[in-house]
Amino acid sequence: MADQAMAIRKAPLAGLRGGSHAAILTPAAPASRISLRAAKDAVPALSAALGVTLPLRPKTSASSGKRHALWLGPDEWLVIDEDGADLMAAAASSGALHSAVDVSHRNTAVIVSGPGAEVAINSGCPQDLSLGLFPVGACSRTVLGKAEIVLFRTSEDTFRLECWRSFSPFVFGLLSEGAEDAAH
Amino acid sequence: MLLIYCPYCEEERSELEFRNAGDAHIARPTNIAEITDEEFEAYFFLRDNPKGVIFERWRHIHGCGRFFNAARDTVSDRFLTTYQAGEPKPDLNAQPKTSATLETYDEALEGAAQ
Ligand SMILES: [Zn+2]
Repeated sequence: MADQAMAIRKAPLAGLRGGSHAAILTPAAPASRISLRAAKDAVPALSAALGVTLPLRPKTSASSGKRHALWLGPDEWLVIDEDGADLMAAAASSGALHSAVDVSHRNTAVIVSGPGAEVAINSGCPQDLSLGLFPVGACSRTVLGKAEIVLFRTSEDTFRLECWRSFSPFVFGLLSEGAEDAAH
Repeated sequence: MLLIYCPYCEEERSELEFRNAGDAHIARPTNIAEITDEEFEAYFFLRDNPKGVIFERWRHIHGCGRFFNAARDTVSDRFLTTYQAGEPKPDLNAQPKTSATLETYDEALEGAAQ
């Protein structure tokens, strides 16, 4: 009998390292993610079920351990669990009317860290990332060059940059150039 | 870089995050199956294309994803105001005027013609 072939899942940016001494680029570990849509009246039940309070103000996020809820729009959130927990089941257990789409493998993320992280990202992103306007915990959907991204500031000099996996080689390349510039 | 104030994000963002979505405040006829071809044409195809202030729909497609409305000067590309979808047309007299910009543009046209 023939040996059974097993497919091995390959992370889009597996093995890549990049950046400069000013801005280090590290592919983020796999995580589970949902794109969550819900009206305001469903927010309390969903927050309780997910264990993280869905933020209602623009550009804000809420975190509980390794789970993060990012405000993307008035009725839209990106929920990320870095431990890979089943977010779909958690949302479904809320009993509240909502739409959740598992985008764990649609997205991948790059961690951009270092004193030049802002400059590296701003090489392709038009948002003002100064701490006054984009403080720790701030998040936003925006663009990096031709790619749509979701930015999430996890510390003063660290960003989690989410992008669609098919755009990730472009995003990583553009960030590498930006990180080089940030070192000069 | 042109900055557009998104009434849902409550801040100015780069135009790169936005898409134009055509004229605003166009009411879809409620009796659309009964209207004449001419009436349908007027509703569906005919637009004023004004030189000056236009009310448009815009979408913050690479931001919050929301459609909203804007009053924009088609000559200067200046955004006079933006407001949430569903709100009535705002009173633009309460907004700053753009005559200085228009005069500059007209002068530029005259200069080019000479
Ligand atoms: Zn917006």
